[in-house]
Amino acid sequence: MQVPILKQGDVLIATIQAALSDADLLELRSALVQQVVRFRSAGVIVDVTAMDVMDSFASRTLLEISHMIRLRGADTVIVGIQPEVAFAMVQLGLTLEDIPTALDLEEGLAYLQHRSRTIN
Amino acid sequence: MSAETQILVMSDRDVVAARQQGRALALEAGFSASEATLIATAISELARNIVSYAHQGTVTFKPLNGHGGAVGLTIVAADSGPGIRDVSQALRDGYSSSGGLGLGLPGVKRLMDEFEIASRLGSGTTVTVTKWRT
Repeated sequence: MQVPILKQGDVLIATIQAALSDADLLELRSALVQQVVRFRSAGVIVDVTAMDVMDSFASRTLLEISHMIRLRGADTVIVGIQPEVAFAMVQLGLTLEDIPTALDLEEGLAYLQHRSRTIN
Repeated sequence: MSAETQILVMSDRDVVAARQQGRALALEAGFSASEATLIATAISELARNIVSYAHQGTVTFKPLNGHGGAVGLTIVAADSGPGIRDVSQALRDGYSSSGGLGLGLPGVKRLMDEFEIASRLGSGTTVTVTKWRT
């Protein structure tokens, strides 16, 4: 299950469309990092609306994605965590630490725009 | 109530299959979408432990009909892997022997209503968890 990555201006948008295996998540990580470098992107949005489960492996991989992209000077926003998925994550003790999250794609884009305005 | 079903788990694909089957069975038994997600998340953790530590094992689903109309789902994750040296340590938050977040077993325990673990060095690990419908 490959995750399509869309380039919109200086933002990359990865939309997860079905349940992902661990291998799919690792593939997403390397694809995103490569494309951030290739397109000199300023921001990345990972849309997890369609993710059935956010377990420790998925959370850890999203954290790694965010940290790697941070080292390139770009920001990552996770959008679309479903309420029941959020509930399970909290029970499991997963908080995604310092990765910004937003309700949906629109709010994720607004967050990145606001940030780039603040920096420039 | 339907009989028990079993899934062979030997790859990360099977982890997804096991949690999807668990979710479907939970919904079928009348659990809410939110409870089904808790169950699916617990299965994902348990099935991944099988693949990571024992390479292969099974996840068995047992629908339950308890006293007074109680409805539940028991999940048994069993492997014949190396076993856990120190079970009480593995059940503590923040402990992991594979460099993970170390939230596997304590997290699963919080997600479910009942949690039981039997492990013997060299002969394997069996984790049995149950969720009761509210």
